[in-house]
Amino acid sequence: MTATAGSAPLLQVDDISVRFGALLALNRVSLSVPRGEIAAIIGPNGAGKTTLLNCISGFYQPSEGRIAFAGRDRTRLSPPDVAALGIARTFQNVALFRGMSVLDNIMTGRILKMRGNFLLDALWWGPARRQELAHRAFVERIIDFLEIQAIRKSPAGLLPYGLQKRVELARALAAEPQLLLLDEPMAGMNVEEKEDMCRFILDVNSEFGTTIALIEHDMGVVMDICDHVVVLDYGRKIADGTPEHVRKDQAVLDAYLGVAHHD
Amino acid sequence: MTSNAGSPLDTFPKLVRANADRLPRHVAIREKDLGIWQSYTWRDYFDRSRRIALGLASLGFARGDKTAIIGDNRPELYWATLATQALGGVPVPLYQDSIEKELTYIVEHAEARWAVAEDQEQVDKLLRVREQCPRLEFIVYADTRGMRAYSEPGLLSLTELEERGEKFALGHPTHVEDELGKGGREDTAVFCYTSGTTGAPKGAMLSYRNLIEMARIAAGREGLGPADEALAYLPMAWVGDHMLSYAQAIVAGFTINCPESADTVLHDLKEIGPTYFFAPPRIWENLLTSVMIRIEDAAWPKRRLTRLFLELAQEGERRRLAGQPLPLLTRLLAPLGYLLVYGPLRDNLGMRRIRIAYTAGEALGPEIFVFFRALGINVKQLYGMTEASVFVAVQKNGEVRLDTVGPPMPEVEIKISEAGEVLFRSPGVFQGYFKNPEATRQTLEDGWIHSGDAGFLDQAGHLKIIDRAKDLGRLLDGTVFAPKYLENKLKFSPFVKEAVALGPGRPYVTMLVNIDLAAVGNWAERRGIAYTSYTDLSQKPEVYDLIQGEVTRVNRSLALEDEVLRGAQIRKFLILHKELDPDDEEITRTRKVRRGYIAQKYAALIEALYGDRDRVSVEAQVTYEDGRKGTIRADVTIRELSTR
Repeated sequence: MTATAGSAPLLQVDDISVRFGALLALNRVSLSVPRGEIAAIIGPNGAGKTTLLNCISGFYQPSEGRIAFAGRDRTRLSPPDVAALGIARTFQNVALFRGMSVLDNIMTGRILKMRGNFLLDALWWGPARRQELAHRAFVERIIDFLEIQAIRKSPAGLLPYGLQKRVELARALAAEPQLLLLDEPMAGMNVEEKEDMCRFILDVNSEFGTTIALIEHDMGVVMDICDHVVVLDYGRKIADGTPEHVRKDQAVLDAYLGVAHHD
Repeated sequence: MTSNAGSPLDTFPKLVRANADRLPRHVAIREKDLGIWQSYTWRDYFDRSRRIALGLASLGFARGDKTAIIGDNRPELYWATLATQALGGVPVPLYQDSIEKELTYIVEHAEARWAVAEDQEQVDKLLRVREQCPRLEFIVYADTRGMRAYSEPGLLSLTELEERGEKFALGHPTHVEDELGKGGREDTAVFCYTSGTTGAPKGAMLSYRNLIEMARIAAGREGLGPADEALAYLPMAWVGDHMLSYAQAIVAGFTINCPESADTVLHDLKEIGPTYFFAPPRIWENLLTSVMIRIEDAAWPKRRLTRLFLELAQEGERRRLAGQPLPLLTRLLAPLGYLLVYGPLRDNLGMRRIRIAYTAGEALGPEIFVFFRALGINVKQLYGMTEASVFVAVQKNGEVRLDTVGPPMPEVEIKISEAGEVLFRSPGVFQGYFKNPEATRQTLEDGWIHSGDAGFLDQAGHLKIIDRAKDLGRLLDGTVFAPKYLENKLKFSPFVKEAVALGPGRPYVTMLVNIDLAAVGNWAERRGIAYTSYTDLSQKPEVYDLIQGEVTRVNRSLALEDEVLRGAQIRKFLILHKELDPDDEEITRTRKVRRGYIAQKYAALIEALYGDRDRVSVEAQVTYEDGRKGTIRADVTIRELSTR
């Protein structure tokens, strides 16, 4: 594919490597995620999936290589800068404000969109009031979208795990991201919760046009909902292509699918 | 109420148009959307329905067309119902959780040409249904979410439909008004498909006259008016919702409130605080459970206080229902109880403003009934049927009793057939089942509906339902005998866990009784009666005396109250030496007695009940929790009672 402006991938990762002391966590990994796609990153435990996600979201700085987002280089940005660019993420372990209500948790996802003025905010007057109402309306649309109206006012920490995951997704969506990074969105869920989450991921993708990159262990889920799969093993990319293609790839079978690794 | 160019208000579209003129600013429907209650007035109700009707007309809606309506309670779906009726069509509300097969059957049977669906989920189902029902041409959806990629023919959003309607109105400005004028009271207003536990669903046809007259009678009896508020949360396909949230709301002009989602009903109930509330027993049970859990979680002073006052109130309510005077202390403490417990609790349940609450469907357990009434919530038993436009009998305010469903509604006549079946006749009696004259003939005879329930009218004129008519048996001499009724009466005692009545084809009624180990064990301990096992306890003479007292109570109440069943008093009983257990296949997992199996397994005992011995020895197989089998051997006593 030639890199013309129109068809440039939303996310382009070129030859990045990450070193933790003597351990080479990522070894010259490249991948590209076109706009509007759902991409999966899979691989055995310790393959470097989360490290890759952390590089994209700015938690780690790759020691080599470059990352481009929407055509611009952004290899050396901090997480807030990355978020401001339009990348949001969820975490492998739920990271919500446990004591805050679901609504407030999701509102925190809007922080980057808020133009604060200390005095006006404190008085909740004029533009500050209008702004908050607009943000609240946006958040309510997400609540409606993810069907969590019934828990709007519940403290996040009291919710069952599957719902917490959904709230986390809601918070990420509140930032109106162009790229959504999901770290094991379905880990620890039962079959029904997984089905719901799959439907929401597909809906987010089709309704908001959000590009999604996710890490997932459930191969059924990956094969069902993803357009494109990247397989890592020992920090190296061993396959990259459509689910059907990856499923038949001998290197993948050896490294991941063929060996006993049930998660 | 006459207005509008002299045309009688004999259809819902005409009534809504009159409401729009009479109460233009009064809120007709509220819906919680994006966390905020949105209001629509009667004017909006009519205008939106008119726009939808124009849209339907632009696509060629013909008089007599049927519109399937499917989804949660949404204003748009009520408007689509009205729009269909305005054009002389028949709405067919469907259960939103129906599986594809059920939907296909009803859409096909009802000959639906149109469907209005809430959202993508329902559209997906309807699209698959349409593959098998080519008559279904157009599918309209209210919520556009997830619908962008759909391009099936005949599929359009409600907004698109209304836009088409606007254009159509330019060439046909009075189309809706013209069509609306053609409707009349004897036209079919709706098909209500009964869910049908046996066989295929049947589509009951209700006319405008049926629904409007019954709605008016019931609203008049309960004094419903525009100031009332109701929650529209029960399935739209259920005749109860159609009557309350549609027919009665339109006739009386009150406001209905559509919850945000099925999960938020209890929150929304609290926010709305309805004055008129309709709930099946399951909902009352859930409410009670949620209260009990919250009481358990409270700090001990609160818990103690709440329990104390709740017990006081329930005891008081039981006396009131039985027509006994209240003790002075109860009366003195009532205001304090209201201030500290009943008031706040009602408020928390969203029931502070309730004037009238119905329970219908199966019978509500007496303890639950008493609990809510004790809080001052006017819960009443309603007896109704789809085929009767809901209302047959309702308890009157201030005349509520635990064991009846109240006197017949005004203009409803009830009679009991030779076989003990309840028959009734009313303005609400339906037009018949759509395309099913056979079933209509079985149900409707000379204007009387055969309810399929066995019951009788007591001295006070209250209807008492005792059993399904087909479960009714007759003794050898032809006396009517209602096994479940007797069993429930006996099970009302805390000492009786299970009871099995025997009698059909026999000379008299007998009963196999299971004692409740916890209650009877506790009773025995307090009296210093020593026992070793369930079997031992069950055969103690003192326990027999205790149960005999309960059986005598049942017999006495039969003799006093129940004219029809007076002959079916319990002559002999025995207490089973083991508990009826699902593991032994004697009862189902849902605790329904398996009569056939018991008759076979305990044949020796049953023969003895109809013999002249007073003692019989038995062996019974039991299955232990771990699956091992064993036998219990016991001598079982038989008691005979004198019957009056």
